[in-house]
Amino acid sequence: MSDETAMLREPWVDFSRQREAGKFGIWVFLASETLFFGALMLTYSVCRIEHPAAFAAAGRETNIWYGTINTAVLLTSSLTIAVAAQGAESYARLRRLVIACLVVTALLGLAFIVIKGFEYKEDMDKHLVPGAGFALPERAAQLFFGFYWLVTSVHAIHLSIGIALVGRLVWVLLRRELPVTENPEIEVTALYWHLVDIVWIFLYPLIYLPGRSS
Amino acid sequence: MTDSLLAGELPLPPRPDYLRHGSTVWSWLSTTDHKRIAILYAVTITIFFFLGGAAITAVRLELFQPNGWLMTSDSYNKLFSFHGIIMVWFFLVPSIPNTLGNFLLPLMIGAPDVAFPRLNLFSWYLTIAAGAFTVYALVAGGVDTGWTFYTPYSSMFSNTHVFAAAAGVFVVGFASIATGVNFIATTHMLRAPGMTWFRLPLFVWAIYATSLIMVLATPVLAISLLLVIAERVFGLPIFDPARGGDPILFQHLFWFYSHPAVYIMVLPAMGVVSEIIPCFARRRIFGYDFMVYAMLAIAGIGFFVWGHHMFVSGQSPLASLVFSFLSFIIAVPSAIKVFNWTASLYRGQISFESPMLYALGFVGLFTTGGLSGLFLASIPVDVHVTDTYFVVAHFHYIMVGGSVSAFFAGMHFWWPKVTGRRYPESWAKFAAILMYAGFNMTFLPQFFAGYLGMPRRYHTYPAEFQIYNVMSSAGAAVLAIAYLLPLFYLTWSLFYGGKAGRNPFGATGLEWTTSSPPPPKNFDWQPRIDRAPYDYHAEGMSAGTDPPEMQNAKETQ
Repeated sequence: MSDETAMLREPWVDFSRQREAGKFGIWVFLASETLFFGALMLTYSVCRIEHPAAFAAAGRETNIWYGTINTAVLLTSSLTIAVAAQGAESYARLRRLVIACLVVTALLGLAFIVIKGFEYKEDMDKHLVPGAGFALPERAAQLFFGFYWLVTSVHAIHLSIGIALVGRLVWVLLRRELPVTENPEIEVTALYWHLVDIVWIFLYPLIYLPGRSS
Repeated sequence: MTDSLLAGELPLPPRPDYLRHGSTVWSWLSTTDHKRIAILYAVTITIFFFLGGAAITAVRLELFQPNGWLMTSDSYNKLFSFHGIIMVWFFLVPSIPNTLGNFLLPLMIGAPDVAFPRLNLFSWYLTIAAGAFTVYALVAGGVDTGWTFYTPYSSMFSNTHVFAAAAGVFVVGFASIATGVNFIATTHMLRAPGMTWFRLPLFVWAIYATSLIMVLATPVLAISLLLVIAERVFGLPIFDPARGGDPILFQHLFWFYSHPAVYIMVLPAMGVVSEIIPCFARRRIFGYDFMVYAMLAIAGIGFFVWGHHMFVSGQSPLASLVFSFLSFIIAVPSAIKVFNWTASLYRGQISFESPMLYALGFVGLFTTGGLSGLFLASIPVDVHVTDTYFVVAHFHYIMVGGSVSAFFAGMHFWWPKVTGRRYPESWAKFAAILMYAGFNMTFLPQFFAGYLGMPRRYHTYPAEFQIYNVMSSAGAAVLAIAYLLPLFYLTWSLFYGGKAGRNPFGATGLEWTTSSPPPPKNFDWQPRIDRAPYDYHAEGMSAGTDPPEMQNAKETQ
């Protein structure tokens, strides 16, 4: 009960209602985020339908190894944060597990960004940045890489925000400013993290698979 | 709640109201009280309103003469662009939701605050940061793309400050999303006991429907501006046809937001008017359920009509046909609302206080704007008048005649509740009538000029159109006075206005049951609701059957 009063915020009088509102609020926000990435993917799809050959040729230039490893890294981080969220739901004795899972999640997120950095470096060396001196002859290949840079960096910004949120959670939980058990912030952060992962699951085939199946 | 509570018979414990609950500047800048944030927003958007108004004053002065006597074409382009950007995103979109909505939503549903008070304050700071970007764009030399940022002009050719302006709009979009999330969660999670969905005042429904659009449409605007910025700053070829890009795609993305944004601007206005008309007609709102369904229908169908902005953009005839049809369909729920407001007046005991004058003005101007919208939904007529002053007149009837009138209506209606003061009623009536007259003087001639073929956004025009432009500019001067008047007498009322009672207009609704101004947590007791809204007398009954809180209010005047 004292845990609950520590986490109770204005204007709520009932902690379970506050939890419910936090979850509800983040779901509404995720709906908004879906439209955000949805509009980007729609733009990509329109251009790909207009220029199928160029998109296939450009897609072959991406490094599928980096993409695949990063997909694995991100999916694993989804598992660890799900364990953290479930652990926080149940027992106080899982406190150390919850915090450990959050730390691993943040580290996996960082690993994703680092791998992405190596991939960006290689792309630049291969002159895959749109503009003068672009490597591919197809006109619309520049368009593909325009999307590539934009979508992956917007995703990376979202992921960085996620890492910051998880890091902050670890910090307040370790300092015991907030209790772990039934802490609504863990689940809210986890829901955001999952969205960032789901977005990547859509981006992976859009970026790395065109032109590779045939 | 019991009638004795409603009637205010129980003594209230002594406590400061929300305005006197802390008086330092910091207590305002760090407040999480929805009522104070509403005031912060009100001050902010008033400044933006007069900035945008100043820009268009220069434009109207310029248009007195057909030959461009006052300024260069470049300055002209920058001024009308600044006017549009400021008025749409920094005044109209936040106007009613973030001021009246912020103030009233928790009060109307019997809640102590919004669901996420800190997020509420954060969204105000985002608005300020975004405003700084946009004002910087003007001070640094302006932006000349118009408020629509059409590509490829905005992405490849304009050498003005597109980046700063687009960044400002991008950021204010997040403020909008934050507000929308907050209001939706508040409506779902914080209703007082007994406040069922179909006992919600229509203003709450309007804010709820608006929030849905804000949350679902604004991210698409963010993307379309992000793509423009990416093309300008990083040279990504998204809208560049030479490298495979598609400039028309921008228009699809932009109008996917910007047409629903029209309903972001007008739905809250409908909510305000639905509160005021029953109060001053002393009648129940006619067809409450249909008013709710009509608003939700407008919010929903509003997402599927964006193509009527693109009839001449080279979109396929089939798509144009579908968009034209859907645009006619959305007129149906709008018409339902107009009929229901009118029917609510039938056999009412109508009194013409200033909020009612503004509200009736809204109904007239909104109807005119809506009917002219049908002209534009019809493809052959639209092809004739696209990008003429006909379009300008049409959307100003909706957005200025409609939304701004309703904003003033709401401001006058709830002013005693917000400030605890009464304003000079005869000045308010005079301003309301002057605003209606000035508005029509300004924009009615533009329908004629547009139909005769005068294009919008041009610096000079053929001399045959001068008569319409002189009428319009003269009307704009009247309109400017009508907008300035409330600034003076409402400010005056803050210091010298008589004390307002708890319910000066004898209105129903929870916000009138608490003191004026309300205490920091809104209510001194937990409100309980046992009746539908608009509990004014039913048809065939006299005013003696008013519920006790209204009779009481009238006796204590």
